[in-house]
Amino acid sequence: MPLFEAVLLALQTIRTQKLKSFFTMLGVCIGVTFLIAVVSIVEGMSLYMENDLVGKLLAVNTFEVRSRPNVNIGSTTEAMWREYQRRPRLMEQDVAPVVAALPPEALWAPMSSDNNISATTLTGRPKAVQAYNTTRTYFEIKKMGVAAGRVFSPQEDAMGSLVVVIGKDVKDHFFANVDPIGKELRLGNLPYTVIGVAESQGSALGFSFDKFIVAPYTSPLRRLTNRQKGVIDAVMVKSPSEAIMTATMADVQEVMRSVRKLRPGEKDNFVLETSSSALSFFAKIKQYLVLAGVVLPAIGLIVGAIVIMNIMLVAVAERTREIGVRKSLGARRRDIMAQFLVESTTLSILGAAIGVALGAALAKIIAAVSPLPASVALWSVIVAVIVGAGVGIIAGVYPASRASRLDPVVALRSE
Amino acid sequence: MSSPSAPDSLTETAERRVVSSAQGDAPDKDWVIVTRGITRQYEMGGEIVRALRGVDLAVRRNEYVAIMGPSGSGKSTLMNLIGCLDTPTSGEYWLNGLQVSTMSDDALAQVRNKEIGFVFQTFNLLPRATALQNVELPLVYAGIASGERKKRAASALERVQLAERMSHKPNELSGGQRQRVAIARALVNEPSILLADEPTGNLDSQTSEEIMRVFEGLASQGQTVIMVTHEPEIAAHARRVVVLRDGLIASDDSGDVYRTSRLGQGH
Repeated sequence: MPLFEAVLLALQTIRTQKLKSFFTMLGVCIGVTFLIAVVSIVEGMSLYMENDLVGKLLAVNTFEVRSRPNVNIGSTTEAMWREYQRRPRLMEQDVAPVVAALPPEALWAPMSSDNNISATTLTGRPKAVQAYNTTRTYFEIKKMGVAAGRVFSPQEDAMGSLVVVIGKDVKDHFFANVDPIGKELRLGNLPYTVIGVAESQGSALGFSFDKFIVAPYTSPLRRLTNRQKGVIDAVMVKSPSEAIMTATMADVQEVMRSVRKLRPGEKDNFVLETSSSALSFFAKIKQYLVLAGVVLPAIGLIVGAIVIMNIMLVAVAERTREIGVRKSLGARRRDIMAQFLVESTTLSILGAAIGVALGAALAKIIAAVSPLPASVALWSVIVAVIVGAGVGIIAGVYPASRASRLDPVVALRSE
Repeated sequence: MSSPSAPDSLTETAERRVVSSAQGDAPDKDWVIVTRGITRQYEMGGEIVRALRGVDLAVRRNEYVAIMGPSGSGKSTLMNLIGCLDTPTSGEYWLNGLQVSTMSDDALAQVRNKEIGFVFQTFNLLPRATALQNVELPLVYAGIASGERKKRAASALERVQLAERMSHKPNELSGGQRQRVAIARALVNEPSILLADEPTGNLDSQTSEEIMRVFEGLASQGQTVIMVTHEPEIAAHARRVVVLRDGLIASDDSGDVYRTSRLGQGH
């Protein structure tokens, strides 16, 4: 019997016994539901990390030369911290050799920052902000536009003028109902003029990315972001394309090693941080989460397989007469075997398909009522369907082979 | 009594010659069924039951044969063997020029599919399938494509006057209609023999007559029919009656002779 017709026959059998079929596929259905839901949430978190969290901190095709990693997602041990503390800081004089190693089309910006600078106005309450001293190229590297006003001009950059571009949260705090452009913001007792408000950078896991101010690199704020003379935090580099990013990073690494006078075999005492290096630890956790997301539902699937096997054994017993009739009409062993295998597999795949739908719905519901994001991964759907088929085949082999070996004389005599 | 030789009533005939020729000799094409000393034993509760003890039977193409006998005479066992549902313990069975007594399960399934059309006492239609789907089944196992299958199944149903009932399920049909669906299913593969096991056992006498007329019609069109029954009235429709007793053929006569002898006994 061709497979297509065998599937039609199986569907017909399943349709005539709706309730029984439903309970038969319940195990597989629940297993797949949780598989899809867990994997979707893990996958969603991972996308969130990549695009919203780390992606906001480190843009595409960019890397930051730093003395120690800026983004630490749970991966740092105490020993590593101590080693980071001993590292020499990045200095202003390191910028020139790094820039010399870059291809001409690359964008770069030095940066000095502090995440706890107090900003005040004459009337408002003070607020701690993330302060950056950097050049106007920073906005280009970060692809950060302005919602109002403008970014620094080259002249302001060069002169270190007392101007700032502020984040949305800073604007909302100090200038809730007024136009902030041209207003004064005091940083370290110096009056800075607000020239622009950056587009909202959103938030991740409850942390806002809009609590910042950006001032020209050489502006007096520089003395507050790094009190030690000549110390900076990073050189940000945007490679012109993904293709030469690796080569560019290798060149910069060479230069930095010679600046730091590292001998061959000595470890780097600086980092070239990219979004993927920042995510490496999360990628490791994700493997375990996905493994758990696959292994735990597997227990449900094993139960599902046992249920299917039992129901199929009952079906074979109930339909002994039918098997006898089919055999008397010329069905060979393999025809009967195929009929019951296709039936159990169809049931199981159907269960898996319903599980995929329920799992995706469950993930969406969890995403809607909690801060956990969800994203249904195509591979998990494919895995679910393959697993469903596998469960059906494995659970169906024994009952189907019993059915196929029935003696037609005995089978025809059964009630 | 245990001798496997043919009873005295069987005179020196072509039948006699074909069954008594050397073992392994293929009978010529004229003979649809030739059994040579077939026996069938099985175990039941630790005891060996000898259901058939050496049956020699030869059936020509186009014959209409009834097999009779009291219960326990071995007629069901013989029917299972003739129908290739079972294989004999010893002896040989030639069906349409093929020696089927030594075939494997799957080869037997193919022989059943091509050579034999079964009609059962309890109809044995699949309850969830329509009349047409039931009739299509043998064609499904013969590997015939869906379109051709439907056409042939429909024409088989027309042959038994059920063209308007094709899409009905068995429980929407009367007993006689069900049996006619079963006959259509048996005929759809154009088998060498139509093998009916108590075909009227579950039908009232009027419907039985109706089914017998269908068989009569098929036999007159040249279909070989073998019918197992314990009812003399039904057996009387056949042109030849074989009576089994204790696993052996007790008599083998034309239906007319059987009818006459029965009348002679004052029934």
